Amino acid sequence: MSHTQPARQTPVLHLENVTRVHGQGAAQVQALRGIDLKVHPGEFVAVMGPSGSGKSTLLTLAGGLDTPTDGQVLVEGVALGGLTRKRLAQVRRRSVGYVFQDYNLIPALTAGENISLPRELDGLSARAARREALAALEELGIPELADRFPDDMSGGQQQRVAIARALIGDRRLVLADEPTGALDSTTGEAVLAVLRARCDAGAAAMMVTHEARHAAWADRVVFLRDGRMVDESVSQDAASLLVTAATNSVKVDE
Amino acid sequence: MSIRHGLLALLDQGPRYGYQLRTEFEARTGATWPLNVGQVYTTLSRLERDGLVEPAGEDEEGHQFYAVTASGRAELRAWFDTPVPRTNPPRDELAIKLAMAVTVPGVDVTTVVQGQRRHSIKALQDYTRLKGRALAGEPRPGVASSASHDLAWLLVLDQLIFQTEAEIRWLDHCETRLAQHAEAEQARAAEAARDGGATGAPPARRRLRA
Repeated sequence: MSHTQPARQTPVLHLENVTRVHGQGAAQVQALRGIDLKVHPGEFVAVMGPSGSGKSTLLTLAGGLDTPTDGQVLVEGVALGGLTRKRLAQVRRRSVGYVFQDYNLIPALTAGENISLPRELDGLSARAARREALAALEELGIPELADRFPDDMSGGQQQRVAIARALIGDRRLVLADEPTGALDSTTGEAVLAVLRARCDAGAAAMMVTHEARHAAWADRVVFLRDGRMVDESVSQDAASLLVTAATNSVKVDE
Repeated sequence: MSIRHGLLALLDQGPRYGYQLRTEFEARTGATWPLNVGQVYTTLSRLERDGLVEPAGEDEEGHQFYAVTASGRAELRAWFDTPVPRTNPPRDELAIKLAMAVTVPGVDVTTVVQGQRRHSIKALQDYTRLKGRALAGEPRPGVASSASHDLAWLLVLDQLIFQTEAEIRWLDHCETRLAQHAEAEQARAAEAARDGGATGAPPARRRLRA
């Protein structure tokens, strides 16, 4: 799997000694303290930790929605801190798919339009962008929602549209904040399988979640506490798991 | 785990020999609870002793077949019709370990919790990886695939996943409870120190808590 890939490969996401301090003086809060994290192509990383541990801050920094107090964030080797606003917006649009916890769909646009908007901004024809949007909706099992407005959708449907929007085009990095919060367990599973498949096809993903069952779809699970990475768990390859299972033994009952 | 009833369920579909029972059992449970042939034969002879199965001849290769008896069939129906009892909680080493850890001085319970959580998440990742493969319809090595076997295997995987998840949620909860407890202890100590100095009016904090 991806975590065994050579270290010299450029990570899709690289957080280099990232620190983020909110507020000033006595009200100062150290949201993140010296985080070093690389996410390579093909790798799916989940971030877990109690409320206030810095999970969401980490994600907003990775997506260029916030700036670190110290250290730097690189997406595909490009330091976000040195970019003009225009270039930063371009990187966010082209390289990064971001799934917001509260979906952030534009109410005046249909699901299809919400999804195709970033592609049209990138100069794709409306027809081609629409085609991509429909494919993304199809991938998430909701093609029938293309012409519906967010207000006409359930929370779970909006969440899946938000995920489709993050997956459209050739985004190399998908960032997701609790992307399955509004979904039942089998729909949530289907969404995670889509993210997993994207990574297996070469993209990189980082997902914040407090659900262990969802985090378990990732190659690596990192644990945050008080703004620090305190631990991580790396999964092994499934083929070797079956071998492990077969060498275990059980007792015969009476 | 009831290998006994598992074997009865397989024999209910027709006579089988030992090695065949083992293979079919594992096709359904994905070798999650692997059996060796010796365990199968031990169980078969106990089932025969109890009159639940009977020998049903040999084939030309010398395989000893077994068939389920009428009382074996009744036993199997009773198994399906009766809930698995939860009245006696299985002894849980982890629960015992944490219950001991909080009472033994010098044990860093938070470290025990995190170590276990990492271990359990790893197991959860491994099960999920297997489930991803199962959902994608990938064949398992050494298992003759069929739709009903694959469904059985998925259900077993889901059970392992939900059970491990429950353990992790419990660990998260333990951690929060430990933190609350430590905070309360600190507050109590601070209050005791304050009360020790001033023997006059009752402190406002206590009234608030009442």
